[in-house]
Amino acid sequence: MSPKNTGNTAAVLEPLPAKSGKRFGLRLEYDSSRTRSPWWSPILSVILALLLCAVFIAANGMNPVTVYEKMFRGAFGTSYGFTETMVKAIPLLLCGLGIAVAYRISVWNIGAEGQLTVGAMAATAVTIYFPDLPSFWAITLMLIFGTAAGALWGLMTAIPRTHFGVNELITSLMLNYVALLALDYVVFGPWKDPAGFNFPGSPMFTAAQSLPVLGTTRLHIGLIFGLVAVFIYFLMVKFTRWGYELRLIGANPTAARYAGIHIKKHIIIVMLISGGLAGIAGMAEVSGVTHKLMQGISPGYGYTAIIVAWLAKLNPLGLIVTSVLFGGLIVGGYSVQTIGLPSSISEMLQGSILFFLIAGDMIHRFRIRRSA
Amino acid sequence: MQDHSVEMRGIVKRFGSVTASDQVDFSANAGEVHALLGENGAGKSTVMSMLSGVYRADEGEILIHGKPARIRSPKDAALLGVGMVFQNFRLVQTLTAAENIVLGEKSSFWRGSKWIRQKREEIEALGEQFGLKFPVNRPIWQLSVGEQQRVEIVKTLYRGADIIILDEPTSVLTPGEAEQLFETLRVMKQAGKTVIMTTHKMKEVMASSDRISVMRKGKMIATLATAQTDELELARLMVGREVTISRQEREATQGEPLLVVNRLEVSADHGRKALDGLSLTVCEGEIVGVAGVAGNGQKELAEVLTGLRTWKNGEIIFDGSRVKTASVRGAIDAGISHVPENRMKSGLAGRLGSVDNLLFKSYRTEEHSKFGILKAAKNRLWSQELVQRFDVKTPELDTPVQQLSGGNQQKLLFAREVSHKPKLMVAVHPTQGLDVGATAGVHELLMELRSSGSGVLLISEDLDELLQLSDRILVIYNGAIIGESDHEHADREQIGLMMAGIRHREGSAV
Amino acid sequence: MDFTTQLLIAAISAGTPLLLATLGGILNERAGIIQLGAEGLMLMGAVTTCIVYIRSGNLLLALLAAIAVTAVLGMVHSFLCVTLRANQTMSGLAMTLFGSGLSAYLGKSISGLPLPGTSPKLNLTWLQGIPVIGDIFGRLDYLTWFSLLLVLVLHLLIHHTSWGLHLRAVGDNPATADVMGIRVQLIRYSYVTAGAALIGLAGADMVLAYAPTWNEGLTAGRGWIAVGLVIFARWNPLRALFCAYFFGALDSLGFRIQLLGSVIPSYFLKMIPYVVTILVLMYLGYRNRNKPSGTPESLGTPYIREQRF
Repeated sequence: MSPKNTGNTAAVLEPLPAKSGKRFGLRLEYDSSRTRSPWWSPILSVILALLLCAVFIAANGMNPVTVYEKMFRGAFGTSYGFTETMVKAIPLLLCGLGIAVAYRISVWNIGAEGQLTVGAMAATAVTIYFPDLPSFWAITLMLIFGTAAGALWGLMTAIPRTHFGVNELITSLMLNYVALLALDYVVFGPWKDPAGFNFPGSPMFTAAQSLPVLGTTRLHIGLIFGLVAVFIYFLMVKFTRWGYELRLIGANPTAARYAGIHIKKHIIIVMLISGGLAGIAGMAEVSGVTHKLMQGISPGYGYTAIIVAWLAKLNPLGLIVTSVLFGGLIVGGYSVQTIGLPSSISEMLQGSILFFLIAGDMIHRFRIRRSA
Repeated sequence: MQDHSVEMRGIVKRFGSVTASDQVDFSANAGEVHALLGENGAGKSTVMSMLSGVYRADEGEILIHGKPARIRSPKDAALLGVGMVFQNFRLVQTLTAAENIVLGEKSSFWRGSKWIRQKREEIEALGEQFGLKFPVNRPIWQLSVGEQQRVEIVKTLYRGADIIILDEPTSVLTPGEAEQLFETLRVMKQAGKTVIMTTHKMKEVMASSDRISVMRKGKMIATLATAQTDELELARLMVGREVTISRQEREATQGEPLLVVNRLEVSADHGRKALDGLSLTVCEGEIVGVAGVAGNGQKELAEVLTGLRTWKNGEIIFDGSRVKTASVRGAIDAGISHVPENRMKSGLAGRLGSVDNLLFKSYRTEEHSKFGILKAAKNRLWSQELVQRFDVKTPELDTPVQQLSGGNQQKLLFAREVSHKPKLMVAVHPTQGLDVGATAGVHELLMELRSSGSGVLLISEDLDELLQLSDRILVIYNGAIIGESDHEHADREQIGLMMAGIRHREGSAV
Repeated sequence: MDFTTQLLIAAISAGTPLLLATLGGILNERAGIIQLGAEGLMLMGAVTTCIVYIRSGNLLLALLAAIAVTAVLGMVHSFLCVTLRANQTMSGLAMTLFGSGLSAYLGKSISGLPLPGTSPKLNLTWLQGIPVIGDIFGRLDYLTWFSLLLVLVLHLLIHHTSWGLHLRAVGDNPATADVMGIRVQLIRYSYVTAGAALIGLAGADMVLAYAPTWNEGLTAGRGWIAVGLVIFARWNPLRALFCAYFFGALDSLGFRIQLLGSVIPSYFLKMIPYVVTILVLMYLGYRNRNKPSGTPESLGTPYIREQRF
């Protein structure tokens, strides 16, 4: 019979079409058993992305080396820059972690941006409707509300998927726009600070409603939330039944169903976690960094976090590294604005890193062979 | 002889370390039906796949009509007039039969109604000539398997093939449909075509072919004229030793009724009725075989018994208590194990190692986890033990199971399903795609289950396997059991008729 | 003109970019490749049009540039998904992120500058006399007429030509198509590239007929809505026409209601298209729960030719 084992066999890409009986001497061979990409592939993809974007920078009449150097100094060169990088890394870590949990079972949540936004809004709602709570209760309640709101937003992505078969990518993205419009509504409308000179934004939070910071820096204890969450994630995935079930669903959903695992239930669980973590990020952002709700509280953390999770290969330790790296990229992007480059350069870099990354994930599976 | 339309010389084909085809010589003539006989895994399909351009031979040469041919793709083969009807049909489900047949045609960019009408007539004429009837204008997914096969055959004829290869053509047909197919083969032969058919069923070979080539373990053993041989000789050539076709005596182990299914009604995925008033009983220590042509409700029957599918009407009584709702976990806890049809699709997670694959059904028990935490070290030891006990050959415990051979994958699956001492095992095509040795191993395991007092519901399309193992054989047709016979009195022909929906020899259709 | 006529005109104007993008998506997905980069491609099409139009003053050149740039991006997507067999979802996401980043970067210099002109209109004087119909069809621009023509052409192409038959076969069962001598990879490359170019043209149309200047992220999720519309239209160009205009109407409905002096805050009206997209998809999912949805069956899975050594 035909070979049954699809695991370690190799398929061959067609060589160039032969017109006159002449054959191309080399051919590309595909080996699907090489599922593990080498350690250097993420690094290489970052380097290639930097090279690609250098072309665009040069086209703008700048020296790419100077620009990159400035970006790097801006992000990691000074203690202020580094603190800023860490501050940006917090929401990336929390959102990236949530995304990683969902991606484990191929639930493509791209709604972290919206989940973060509603989390921030819910936390702000606490400050507006319960303005005089003592510090502990204010923070706890904000945290609960923020998490719950994010989780609810995640649930709104999960239910259409599980009960109506709607692709979660579309739903979660549509909900991002809904969340951003809702944010616009409250900051221009009911929650606008009466003493804010007509500037769209909620009133400033009181000290009791702000997350404690580390020393005199802007770095708040949201960092601890993130690290604790990563640690719990690591333990859960590695040692629990739940982690085993996720592993099974990720590897073969049909077999998981045959083993009596309710996939729908797990989709809902991971989306609740995913949204909840993004909600915490939103809460931490308003309570720890901006100290009020305003437009643009997130410069696209939810989207950047997708790359953070993917670059880390959903690995908990890797997440910490990549979120710091991308925090740096965002800060670096801001720092080159002073020399007249738009900060969108960091977004461009992010997109191209993801491009090279997914190409790199596959390209090592090909080998060049001489045809027989 | 000079008039061979196909000649293959010294064909070698290796898949990794396995030599699927070892210096095979083969030839067939125009105007004959040539059967290529061999066990599963003997290399028949591999050799034919090289003739039709799906694989490339590592060594050897192929001559078509006496001229050396370079067959590097199905396209090359088609140009040389070689067409193959694969076991898994190469049809686009959403297109109509006619569209599938003209798919390869490059001419005529515009396809107006006139063109379509013309093609339809052409196709219908071709079908009529060879006795192949099917609805031309209906999408493939609405056609029966037999009709789909006819579309495939007409497709190869339409594309001008004069060398036609059929890969296990009867495995999906009822005996009656098979008879019809053999008639078509005879017409094709008379039209001067070369017909090559791979199969492992000796009876069909004797009934339909002119010459027979026998393969065993990748080697060509012999080529004989059908008129000068008999089944016993063929069997000996195929298996390589004297075989007794008779069934062994065995002691009865049958006990109390274990599973009772009463007038069960179940819907298939698209709302069609899959089981329609099905009733059956399985006792302790008994193997009950379910015979039938694919698509008569076997899949749904297995799914409903293992909790994967809900039912509309009827009742299921297992081990003395009525099953209330469909629940996989409920079925596992009640002691029903399941060897699913396609092990890599639904039985195993290919990317994971042996430990994770063995834990599938038992990870929730006290023995393997506590307070939601897995007992990692203990589970590893347990897996090690099972792998040894069931003789699963794996480089390491963590090697992804997709890298194991089919036989070892199936052993691992059985290890898992047997390890928690099931009361009932539902096994669907458990030996599909396995070689002779692995098949014997699986049969042994099923017999062991029987003698230890478990019930086995064996759903299979392999009638020989059913005849050999089952205490009773039930025949499923159109979602209901339409006949039954016990081990001693099972009659091949009678069962074959019932598989086609005919209850009695007199031929009254159901 | 009454409210309904105005709404219809607005629906066509807002629906045309959606229609072009949906048609592009249909070409992609019929070939079996998911295109989630629509948002990024539309932005790239829009920014390219703006830059070239402002710099050169030549509209045709601007449109060709937009098509060329997005076609190249489409080829990148097909290289990743067809040749390298990369994850199509992630490749599409990368396309969207890269497209929004690059378009923002490139568009910085022309942000807010007015375009030299809009898409030229085809004045059908003989039609303009007729009430309602004349109002709607008398002054449509060339791109709108092009999109209508394209609906017809694609419909005929998919259902009445050999190319269309090949395309449907590749989308549903590439292995069979391959055995029948159809060049699967070539077809996938071609349609993904053409589809991407159409999505780019949709972006161009958006700035020309709809928003006459470049603003960062001006598509505001319309690329994603188009991805949903492909499903809504069940991969059928004729249905795409109605779906796109329906969403165009929804899109402009908010603005129209506001003009009528509604008390509902505009933010909620702007949410309508997004919310309706989700609801419609949920409805379709509910209705089709027990039957084939019309999705090309190989959608999202790379084609690996059987082992041939």
